[in-house]
Amino acid sequence: MDINYEKVGLKVGLEIHQRLDTHKLFCSCPSIMREDEPHEWIRRRLSVSYSELGTIDPAARFESLRKRDFLYGIYYDTTCEVEADEAPPHPMNEEALEISLTIALMLGMEPVDEVHVMRKIVVDGSNTTGFQRTALVALGGEGSGIETKWGRVRMATLCLEEESAYIVESKSERAKYRLDRLGIPLVELATEPDIMYPEQAREAALKLGRILRATGKVQRGLGTIRQDINVSIEGGARQEIKGVQDLDLIPEIIRREVVRQLNLLSIRDELRSRDVKEEDLDIPIVDVTSAFSSSKSKLITKALSRGERVYGIKVKGFSGILGKELQPGRRFGKELADYAKVFGGVEGILHGDELPGYGIGKDEVNEVRELLGCDEGDSFVLVLGREDAAKLALDSVRERLKQALRGVPNETRRALPDGNTAFMRPMPGSARMYPETDVMPVNVRPVLERIKELPPMPEDQVRELMEKYDLTEELAWEIFDDGKVKLFERLSRYGVPTRFLASMLVSMVRSLKRESEPVENLGEEHFEEIAKLLGEGSLAKEAVPEVLRSLSRGEYSSAEEYVKTHRMSVDELDKVIEQVLEKLSSKVRERGERAYGMVMGEVMKEVRGKIDGSIVSKRVKEKLEEFLKAR
Amino acid sequence: MTLHYRGKAKRILSSLGVEDYDRIRIRKGSLVYEGIVIPRPEIFDDEHLILKLDSGYNIGIHLDGVEIEVLEKGKPIQRKEVPSLRFREDLPYVPLIVTGGTITSRVDYSTGAVISHEKPEELLDIVPELAEIVNIDYVPLFAEFSENLTPDHWRKIAKAVYDELRRGAEGVIIAHGTDTMHFTAAALAFMLHNLDKPVVLVGSQRSIDRPSTDAILNLIAAARVAAQGPIAESVIVMHGSPHDDYAFVIRGVKARKLHTSRRDAFQPVNEPPIAKVTREKIELLSNKFNPRREGRSRVELDDRLEPNVALLHVWPGMPEDMLRYAGERFKGIVMAGTGLGHVPRWLIPIVGEIVGSGVPVVVTSQCLFGRVDLQVYETGRRLLVAGVIPGGDMLPEVALIKLMYALGHTSDIEEIRRIMQTNIAGELGAHLGLNVFPPCWR
Repeated sequence: MDINYEKVGLKVGLEIHQRLDTHKLFCSCPSIMREDEPHEWIRRRLSVSYSELGTIDPAARFESLRKRDFLYGIYYDTTCEVEADEAPPHPMNEEALEISLTIALMLGMEPVDEVHVMRKIVVDGSNTTGFQRTALVALGGEGSGIETKWGRVRMATLCLEEESAYIVESKSERAKYRLDRLGIPLVELATEPDIMYPEQAREAALKLGRILRATGKVQRGLGTIRQDINVSIEGGARQEIKGVQDLDLIPEIIRREVVRQLNLLSIRDELRSRDVKEEDLDIPIVDVTSAFSSSKSKLITKALSRGERVYGIKVKGFSGILGKELQPGRRFGKELADYAKVFGGVEGILHGDELPGYGIGKDEVNEVRELLGCDEGDSFVLVLGREDAAKLALDSVRERLKQALRGVPNETRRALPDGNTAFMRPMPGSARMYPETDVMPVNVRPVLERIKELPPMPEDQVRELMEKYDLTEELAWEIFDDGKVKLFERLSRYGVPTRFLASMLVSMVRSLKRESEPVENLGEEHFEEIAKLLGEGSLAKEAVPEVLRSLSRGEYSSAEEYVKTHRMSVDELDKVIEQVLEKLSSKVRERGERAYGMVMGEVMKEVRGKIDGSIVSKRVKEKLEEFLKAR
Repeated sequence: MTLHYRGKAKRILSSLGVEDYDRIRIRKGSLVYEGIVIPRPEIFDDEHLILKLDSGYNIGIHLDGVEIEVLEKGKPIQRKEVPSLRFREDLPYVPLIVTGGTITSRVDYSTGAVISHEKPEELLDIVPELAEIVNIDYVPLFAEFSENLTPDHWRKIAKAVYDELRRGAEGVIIAHGTDTMHFTAAALAFMLHNLDKPVVLVGSQRSIDRPSTDAILNLIAAARVAAQGPIAESVIVMHGSPHDDYAFVIRGVKARKLHTSRRDAFQPVNEPPIAKVTREKIELLSNKFNPRREGRSRVELDDRLEPNVALLHVWPGMPEDMLRYAGERFKGIVMAGTGLGHVPRWLIPIVGEIVGSGVPVVVTSQCLFGRVDLQVYETGRRLLVAGVIPGGDMLPEVALIKLMYALGHTSDIEEIRRIMQTNIAGELGAHLGLNVFPPCWR
């Protein structure tokens, strides 16, 4: 589909979440993610008052929340009573606040005078408290923001908040989270909806990410930065798309979201032309299990053997609509299934536009249509499950079908790897927030006074790298984007050629990563040690890729240890050269001094990385001369 | 006109006619903010205004150089509509005596204000399970943080419990701040004689305005114990672990708050919990308790307390005049001694003088666990000679209240010694099996 974005009135805003490289926001635990099993699991429930619950069947949601167990994995050494909600939060981490203010100033934003920590109610269990602590640190303003090729993108807000717990497992009756991630300081940077083109969003995200990294105080690596994208078009509705980790996917996600909204609008028009009304959908849920008494469908028989039943609703006038494609490979029925999953915790739905199918025969379909009272032009939706779950699922499906008559509902959606999106939850209304009474407000003036000067902007840092160290622009950006500017500058003191150093830090690591080596095990201390050994001449340049490989695999505890086991003396080298000359003696004699390249090549095969290439070259030359003279 | 601001901020805001919860527009430099004026706690400075933006965030704006325009006057906070309570014939009547804490309040999300409930229906909106267990009613007594309570407050609570039980309650729940809940629980144990129904103190370590509150389970468990429990004693019912699975029933005279903030802060000292209560049932862990008796309660109230009693925590190097002063100022002294119940050598003669002057001195141990024994070391033996009353396995706080109780009835030091050394409500003479000391790393 070719889209004229100006015509559809595309408006995009970004929300960037970046973890800071400090201890946690409200306790002094380290901001470390763990790989190992938690030491203990704590079982909790959450509750909100009945009358505070939202739109779809609050009674049932209330019930299901109350029965849902949340299990929290704790680590005795790196999480404490604060994450477990067994102690009040400590005062706000001032270093994190200082970094946030620095970022705000770099973006031309206006810090608030006094930061107030709020509790934002979140009852999916991702916070042990049932709320996320968050504070508004700075506001945008006309002068704030970044330039893109398509124009300026202004900033809206900068919030400092706590990262949520890490989800391990989620089922309707329980969810499991790890507490290592809970409480890591997170900067949430939101732009105004000034972005008008999909590619512009990518550029803006890249630039904002680089400004965050320019502070040198943000965490690096998988999951440490996430983009949410707010997308709307004229006549459509604002969608919040969560959890985009790959910048290159942003334009495609936006394109596909526009397509989805356009398709939903055309479905609305189609339904209107069929004269379908919202009240046509207020039809009771029917138990249609009897239609499947002798079913051959595995899907059905399995569900029935679990004691579940089949429930359905007639969907008047929707024939053919549920099978319509909204995004490449994603049909409208899939949207309904997402609602059913989210609200009812069921596996999914079956609908009239895809049946017969799944082993369900034509007779069964006719029987269902009969039980539901479907006429020509009507479709239906079925759900397998226990009565309460199925009812919640079908109520939410019915609500979503009604919204189809109105157009595009406001939703929070989840980015999928192919650029499509899936329904996650309804867009929260105005957030239920109240003050975090356990934390005193912070006057920002003294913190601002501590910020003597702002870090150079990314472009300036890169230009300086290029000029001072004679690097190409590409290499300089790579060092910057990898967050290795400080490391690079430190290592340059060891007298190693800077281009080699740069390529060690970025290209070599990247190619090892491509070969699936565990490069995340490489620490700054490893690079520093290598640079030192290179500078002293104790390590040959040629050996560096192999050293990095062994260190990332943990085969050696240090580069020094690697060198000890791999270094070759000149005597040993001479022996290798002699052996090569012996092996190739006839060819060498034939070619004379022109045999140098061939001999050198053979020798290097044996000694690469064990001794400096220039020494090898010198000795090969000498030995070759001797050999030829001896003749 | 309500405006919760002071000093400079009050002058600026009131001169502009700004009141709490007004919607205002503020211009400051090139910036324009719009939002609702939020009352400012008194301990904060008088230079900032708290504004709630439409996003829900509060921010503080320094009032220097601001232009303020009132857009709309604040509206009173809306009370939520709640269904009215229906009396269920099949359920026992159990009143909830309210003394403070946040257990009977809720948060208004438009302002963040904490609003006290007026009707029990509002509590049922949060804990509807209670309506399946008891016919509940509120008996509001006062609203105090428990650190501010005095023996007079204990008397008022005891009177309320007595009245409610005599009126036909099957048990009583007391909502109480947690800081001194174990003091109140012990005081009730001494003042309520012939107790034949459960008296249950309950509170929360995470306030009820948060989704993770421990109050839900605590209240369900407390209601279950009050309505159905076989234990006719003054007990504390609070979380038994960091999990939201079960609460413990702890005898009031053996309960101690042992952690500043954990849900399971209350633990029994020198005995196991009496019972474990889940959302569904009560499981007895001990058979040592005063049993519930059926029929209308015949509880007696004896609220004579002498509040003029001190509790002294002994420390190395404690000077003589500290103790001397206490001996002159108070009618009785409880010392939380070290180890088996010891005090520094130089204090012993003063103890002798104080006892000699007719002021009883009771010795307990700051170890909390175990019992005092003044016969093992010379210091102890000298204390006995000086005339102290050994507190056995009583907690220092319990000995304090018991001494208030004893002094409320007599000033005869031998009679006081007899009362202090006689078990009244399970406070004395626990069986110290090897299973009652709880280190967690074993």
